[in-house]
This record gives sequence, C-alpha cells and structure tokens, in this order.
Amino acid sequence: MKSMRRGKVVRYNKWGYIFLTPFILVYLVFQFIPLVSTIYNSFFENYRSGLTQIGPNFLGLENYKTIFSNGDILTYGKNTIIMWVMGFVPQIIVSLLLAAWFSNPSLRLKGQRFFKTVIYLPNLIMASAFAMLFFTLFSDGGPVNSILMQVGILDQPYKFMSSIWSTRTLVAFMNFLMWFGNTTILLMAGMMGIDTALFEAAEVDGATSTQAFFKITLPLLRPILVYVMITSLIGGLQMFDVPQILTNATGDPMRSTMTLIMYLNKHLYSKNYGLGGALSVVMFVVTGILSMIVYKFTNKKMD
Amino acid sequence: MKKKLLSTVLSITMIAGLFAGCGQKEAETTPAADGEAVVQEQEETPAEAVEASEEGKVLNIYCWNDEFKRRIQDHYPGYTSDANDATKGTIGDVTVVWNITPNQDNAYQNNLDETLLKQADADADSKIDIFLVEADYALKYVDTEYTMPVADLGVTESDLANQYQYTKDIVTDSNGVLKGVSWQGCPGAMFYSREVAKEVFGSDDPAEVQKYVSDWDTFNETAVTLKDAGYSIISSVNDSYRVYSNNVTSKWVVDGKINIDDNIMKWVEDSKVLVDAGQTGTHDLWSDDWSKGFYPEGKVFAYFGPAWLVNFSMAADAEGSIGNAGGWAATEGPQGFFWGGTWICAATGTDNASLIKDIMLQMTCNEEIMKEIVVDDDDFVNNKPAMEAMAADTSYSSKILGGQNPLGMYCAGVEGLDLSNLSIYDQGCNEEFQRSMKNYFDGNADLDGALDQFYKAVVEKYPELTY
Repeated sequence: MKSMRRGKVVRYNKWGYIFLTPFILVYLVFQFIPLVSTIYNSFFENYRSGLTQIGPNFLGLENYKTIFSNGDILTYGKNTIIMWVMGFVPQIIVSLLLAAWFSNPSLRLKGQRFFKTVIYLPNLIMASAFAMLFFTLFSDGGPVNSILMQVGILDQPYKFMSSIWSTRTLVAFMNFLMWFGNTTILLMAGMMGIDTALFEAAEVDGATSTQAFFKITLPLLRPILVYVMITSLIGGLQMFDVPQILTNATGDPMRSTMTLIMYLNKHLYSKNYGLGGALSVVMFVVTGILSMIVYKFTNKKMD
Repeated sequence: MKKKLLSTVLSITMIAGLFAGCGQKEAETTPAADGEAVVQEQEETPAEAVEASEEGKVLNIYCWNDEFKRRIQDHYPGYTSDANDATKGTIGDVTVVWNITPNQDNAYQNNLDETLLKQADADADSKIDIFLVEADYALKYVDTEYTMPVADLGVTESDLANQYQYTKDIVTDSNGVLKGVSWQGCPGAMFYSREVAKEVFGSDDPAEVQKYVSDWDTFNETAVTLKDAGYSIISSVNDSYRVYSNNVTSKWVVDGKINIDDNIMKWVEDSKVLVDAGQTGTHDLWSDDWSKGFYPEGKVFAYFGPAWLVNFSMAADAEGSIGNAGGWAATEGPQGFFWGGTWICAATGTDNASLIKDIMLQMTCNEEIMKEIVVDDDDFVNNKPAMEAMAADTSYSSKILGGQNPLGMYCAGVEGLDLSNLSIYDQGCNEEFQRSMKNYFDGNADLDGALDQFYKAVVEKYPELTY
C-alpha cells in the first residue's frame, strides 16, 4: 500500500519534469552556454583588426584590469543610471495616478478602453523608429525648433543634441513615453486585485481618498511595485536602442549619453570578444547584486 | 528559510542570465583556419577559373548603394533588370544578385567581412563574386588574400593604360599587386550657389568667385562677409574636413601610434572660429540639417565635393532645389582634394572570372561607355583621353552647374592628387575625429577633452594602437 502510493507520486512527478524540459533546453542553449563562454572569452585577447584575427591569447585577468583602470565603466554606468532614474520617476508617478483613476469605480471614467489602448501604443512602435522620429523632430532645423521660433519663445534654434542635459532628457522622456502605458496596465491589474471591502470599510471610517490611496492601495500594491521596479531596472541597465539611434551611436555630447551596452557595442566593431566579455561579466555580476538587494529588501518587509 | 534562499538564488541566476545572454555573441568560426583554406584555393584556381567554359550561373555583387547598379543598368551591354525583383538582373543566362547593405554604422563592412571569411566554405552560387570598396578602407581588403589580383582575371596593364594613376595606387597591395579598378575619378571642387554669389560678390563667374576663396585665410574672411548677408559659407564644418585631411603630410598611424597631422589641427582651429561666429553648423554630413542647403531656403553658399556629389546626392531631381534650376557653379576652392570613389574588386574564389573581367573592361576601360557615363550622369570617369577630350569640347556642359563645363577643372585637380598617406585606419580615424571635435565646437569640451575622447574611440576600434 505504502509503496504503491510512492509509485504514484513518482509517476505524477514525471510530468513535472517533462513539462520542464523545454524550458531547461532553451535555457541551456540560449542562456547557460553563452554565459559560460562569455566568462571563458573574457580571459583572452581576441579581436580582429581589419580582416586579420588577433588571438585568442590567454591573458588572465588583464581585460578586467583594463576596463577598471580606465574608469570608462563607471562613467557609462553613471550615465545609464541617471537616464534610467530620469525616466523611471515620472513613469511610476504617472502610472500610479492613471492606474488609480482607471481602477477607481466611483469615478466611472468614460472611454477607459480607448485610453488604455492609446497609452499603450507608444510601446508598440519600434524603439529605433521612435528614436529616429525624435531625432528629426528635435534636430537643429526640425519642426520643434521652428514652432518654438514662430511662437516667439526662441530667437535662435536650440541645439537639443548638443547639450548634455537636453539630450539626456530626450532619452529619458522617450523611455518614459514608451513604458508608462505598460506600467499602468500592470499596476492597474494589481489594484483591481485589492479587496474592495477594504476601501468600503475605510470610507465608512471616514478616510479621504488620499488616505485610502496611501494607507491601503500602496502597501497592498508592494509586490507589483517591486516587480515593476526590478524589470524596469534591468531594462534600464540594458538601455541601448533609444540613445544609440538618437545620437547616431556616438553617445555624444562628450559620451554623456553613452550607456553600458552602447559601450559594449563599441567593442564589437573590432570583434573584441575579450574586452567585451569582461565587460559583460562585470555587468552580469552588477545585475545579480542589484536583483539580490531588491529581493532581500522585499522579503524582509513581507515577513 | 532554505527554500526562500534557494528560490532567491534561482531567480537571480535566471534574471541575471537573461540579461547576460544579450551582451555577447559567440565567435563560432575560426577565421585563421578559413584564411588558410582561401589561400590554398587561390593558388590553384586562377588559371583554371579564367579559362573555364563552365562558369557559375549566379553573379553576387556586394555594394552599399545603388550607384553601381544604375551604372550597370544604364551602360553595361546585355544587362536586363528583373521587373519583379529589384535585387536581381540578368546578363545572358547569368543571374546577377545585388546584395546592397547600407554603410551606416559600418553595416556594409561587417556583412562583407563575415561573408568573405566564410567564402572558402560557401557553395559556388553563394560566393561573393564582386564587391565594391571605397578609398577610406580599400587597403583593409586589398592587402589580404580575399581580393583577387586583376591580372589573374586577364585584365592586362595595357587595358588600364588610360586610367589615372592615383586610382590604381589606392587598390595596390603592399606587394605592388593591383587588385581593383574604378570607373570614376573623384577630384573635388567647391560648388557654390550662383544666386548668392551674384547677390554678395556681384558676379557668379567661377574665376571671380575663386578670388574670394583662394586660400583658407581669404576663405575665412569671406565667411564673415557671407554671414553679414545672412548666409553660411558652408553647411557644416564637416564639409571642409576632407579638404584639409586630403592635404596631410603624414599618416594617421605611425609605428602603431595614433598621429594627428598639422593640417588636421588647422581644420580644428579654423572651424572653431567659424562655428563660434555662427558662420556654419556642426551637424553630420548626410543629415537633414546638412541637406537643407540644397534648396535656396537653406541659405548655404557652398558645398565641397567631387563630381558625384552634385549629380548623385544634391537633390538635383527634386523640384525647387538649386541643382534642379541649374543654380550651382564649380570653382577650385582653397585646396585640392578628392572624396570617395568606388572600386570594383573580384573576390578570391569566384566562379565567374570571365564575366567579371568583361564587366571591369566595359565599365572602366571602354571609352565609348565612359563618355556615355559623363554625358548621362555628370560623373567624372577614370579615362584620361576621354576626359581631356570632353574638357576641350565646348558643346558639353553640365545642366546642374548652369551650363558650365567643369571637366577642365577636374582634369587639372586629378593630376595633383597625392594618396601616399592613406592607411588601413583612415575610415575609423576620420569618423571618430569629426565626431569628437563636434563636442569641442559645440562647447561641451575643451580641446584636450575632445582629443582624449578621439584617442579613446580609436583604440576601441583598433585595440592594437596606442597614443
């Protein structure tokens, strides 16, 4: 009797493994093997000059020394974080506001479906097309400048792409536009999941809607907020296409909009697998640590 | 607790793995091995390939825009385009496949590099047969085994006797072997707007206007006059870059060290003055802002460029442009220079040797066809007697240049071209230098900061260099 039950459990478990196999296979081929080979490559001098291959020659930790000693990784990491924060802060505020409005039954907003679609639309455009559009709009002789001049705000065209903060703001603004719809939908789903009885009880107790939002909605929304935060952070560290296209791969002015991945991409011109690999490994570690901090932080609060 | 730890570790591995996976691509092929294979093949093929009667039925041509395609379409006898598929055409029973990859972000060369490195293993119909190169990076390909000597195709020195020497210098490898041919010469001139010249200088006669731009000092003084009249002397500082950079006396790289020539530093000084006084912009060549001056509203006095610029790139077929109304004129400008040029190279391992030989001979040596190209396309062709005859011909004139015959000016310029200071690093250095200096011109960095960024960017592209 006992052994039979065990057999059933094992047989039942079998399906679990079968369903897991596709994921494991995909993970091994597309994630694990590249990961290991990246780490392996990072110990070699391996690049191409013209059509001549140089290396691979074993270097030990030389590549890591190079990328840390020239300080580039810090500069570009800082750029990435600055532009991410500039985009993420307005993104989360606007999304929270919109989600609260959309999910509040007492407001009875009309045309919700329409607006939900519209705010999600920018996300459907390819980032590169979006960046091209902004590049044209904000070029020295572009429509934005001519409107500002005709209205009389400016006498001279403002060179948006020649000033550090206006370029960074443009990048951040584009990321904000592209992602706030997505975040709104996620947060809304979270808010709809909150028991309405809580809001009714608060109302009976005389809480204002602001109080209800800060005391009920936000605390109960924390798991979703954390999820949004992690995915956005990881997406932010990988920021590439928008600044790449907007600045024509230069990261100018003075590389102040060059992100880590754009820097990585620079090494691919010479197929520099050694330095590129070392940079990737460093970024892997950094992301790992960041994710761990966020996870620890949330787990503690939830206990 | 244990479970939580395990799940945390697993989740982090997964998320971090997702992230890391994007960064790096695998170097699967070992180019060194491929290289050997190509060398071996090259040693046995040439003689057989040329005489082989059984040739491939597919001719793969790699290029970055449709200029060569249009030349072949319009001038190569027996070429028929495929009405349904713009990437294909036929010559006799051979299908011509155009593989066009734009230059942007080095995409053309990346694609060509990968395909050439796999050339030895590719099957006969997908091997590259012809690829085109530009002067800036010609040496990168010519100085390798992947490019076939034209002599092996059966093109003799006497066939090429009428071509300008400099067009051969660019595609001669370090052993003195010629590996490509070109149908065009690219000596440059300064194209200015007749309208503006009349308004500001009272005359649009090239000889008269030349006095205002005869050297860099007068050029810079003229910039002030033009600014007062409401015009930019050139669209962007990058317009004059090539004029300075072609008159250098040293190479970009000397003994593995990056070297900046004095004349290039002079460009930086002069340009900074122009930009600070608002006499020109700092935008990239080919950008929308740069092209504004093709139209009268753009308020640009002049562009520096070779023959193909005025014909191929300055919106001459667009209604309302200066070129469309025949409003440009050409003059020598402060210094002689060249810009670009396209060379036809045969890839080692091709199975269409005799067809390639014929294309090379027809397009770059046949005087009749070359004259046709001059008349139809305003191009400057690589044939001395033809060009000298056309220069003397008073019945020939360029519509875009308002009836001027600029060929004499080009002919004189082409003789003076000195290309002894080209190196395989030119393209990367020229691009990065202009990009870095833009920061200096825009006031986002001082000169040293901009130079540091230039060095950094070049070393990223060519890790073997130092500064």
